[in-house]
Amino acid sequence: MIDIDKITKRYGDTTVVDDVSLTIPRGGVVGIVGPNGAGKSTLLSMVSRLIKANSGTVRVDGLDVTAAPGRELARRLSVMRQENYVAARLTVRDLVAFGRFPHNRGRPTREDTERVATAIAFVGLDGMADRFLDQLSGGQRQRAFVAMTLAQDADYALFDEPLNNLDIHHAVSMMRLFRRMGDQPGKTVVIVLHDLNIAATYADRIIVMQDGRVVGDGAPSEVINRRLLAEVFRVEGDIVEVDGRRLVSVAP
Amino acid sequence: MNAFSRPLLLSAIVVATAVLVVASLVTGGGYGWSDVLTMEGDGALVLAASRVPRTLALLLSGAGLAVSGILMQMIARNRFVEPSTAGTVEAASLGILLTLLLMPGAPVIARMLVAALVALAGSGLFLMLLGRLPLGSALMVPLVGIMLGGIFEAVTSFLAYRFDLLQSLGAFGSGDFSIVLRGRYEFLWIIAGLVAAAYATAARFTILGMGEAVAIGVGLNYRRLIIFGLIIVSVVTAAVVVTVGAVPFVGLIVPNVVSLLLGDDLRRSLPVVAAGGALLVLASDIAGRLVIAPYEIPVGTIMGVVGSLGFLMLIFGRRSHAA
Repeated sequence: MIDIDKITKRYGDTTVVDDVSLTIPRGGVVGIVGPNGAGKSTLLSMVSRLIKANSGTVRVDGLDVTAAPGRELARRLSVMRQENYVAARLTVRDLVAFGRFPHNRGRPTREDTERVATAIAFVGLDGMADRFLDQLSGGQRQRAFVAMTLAQDADYALFDEPLNNLDIHHAVSMMRLFRRMGDQPGKTVVIVLHDLNIAATYADRIIVMQDGRVVGDGAPSEVINRRLLAEVFRVEGDIVEVDGRRLVSVAP
Repeated sequence: MNAFSRPLLLSAIVVATAVLVVASLVTGGGYGWSDVLTMEGDGALVLAASRVPRTLALLLSGAGLAVSGILMQMIARNRFVEPSTAGTVEAASLGILLTLLLMPGAPVIARMLVAALVALAGSGLFLMLLGRLPLGSALMVPLVGIMLGGIFEAVTSFLAYRFDLLQSLGAFGSGDFSIVLRGRYEFLWIIAGLVAAAYATAARFTILGMGEAVAIGVGLNYRRLIIFGLIIVSVVTAAVVVTVGAVPFVGLIVPNVVSLLLGDDLRRSLPVVAAGGALLVLASDIAGRLVIAPYEIPVGTIMGVVGSLGFLMLIFGRRSHAA
């Protein structure tokens, strides 16, 4: 379980994340949505110990993320950030193999090699495993980083806007991949998204953030309604039901 | 794609280095190959007291400087950084001057330690500056380093001028291996240990080059690893500057060429970087002994010329990769 307790992040006078408390139990796919500047990425960065909170705590399976050993946490929690610029010239296989670092400390076993190959195949980059990252398109590089996260095999996988740079075909296959990850026993996927319909289609639970606070939390059918569109996303639109899923159709 | 096979490249470098080692042993003012090989008269003495130490010093310094370069590039996440473009060399020189001023009778090892400490502080300051400056271009990073080095150099020159030490300053300004003699280079062997330490932690430094988020994400202690890397770089730089003086650009040229051929997984490339650095410095020193024989051009000067040309080629050739 990820247990976020009264966490706050301020930059100067601006409060980006304001006293947020959340629990994310094991299992399933959780989508965090909200308008730009709602504090979604900041929240994710604090959970993944990339930035420090001004107050409040985050525990992952009882481990305080600011105090627990990095290696312990890395086996429980993986994170893929929005910008994944890597200056080093590494091949896809090199990159994905480093996802195994928390398990092997840089000395790969046969099992690691197999897991790496599986992860690369999972994101559809098998033909490009020996290419350098700077020879890939933005979308391919994005998928290589997802494969690295897969190889890390953490119980909780966090993704910050993983669909950036992806066309709809790859966005959908990526979301299906996350769905499959979240359906494995004991695995939890938390994704920051900006597309409500993608969230509604693939997530079990949607957390809505606005101005640094959580303003909605529940199953897609409970959360997505006209009031949410008007008050949080400031668009007029209708909710349409397709195959039992509530989707958003914005007014032209 | 790995167009180059690593074993092939590594063995080519090792063979070339072996040939140059022999050349280095039999090349130099006054005593040519016949004197040295027959071991007649002073030949044996020259070999044991001068040529062997000099050759070993060249190999150790070259390997250490090239490895320092690649470590700095991973730490700063910039292709154009190495000890001479990050203020490290100039800070080490300042450290040596301080030891001349404050503890004139100190043994060389004490000088080196003080130089290493000042170099560590200087490189740390460089990284802090990088963290605070809005850097629009990858080229800004070495420019900041060169300017910072310029400031250290100015302080060093000022102190040397005020305390009448300008002549001693000249001695470690430009790397010169002709001063290497038996009994005066041995602690360069510390470099062998530091290169081995870098190789043992090569996977970590590769991850460091992928940025703070990735490093923390896979469970590394980012800050501690940076400090560990800077300690290796500072001690290598200080050891070389104390013994022979500054040898610029080795850490820039060799890692960049190896990176183009093999990529940046240091577990694979670090041995090639170390061997390549040894080869480059050895070759430059032999060239310096031959160009105006029986006189010598210091290797620091040769590397200054070769290196700045190489630096320019890298800037024009790699700008697209380096953003």
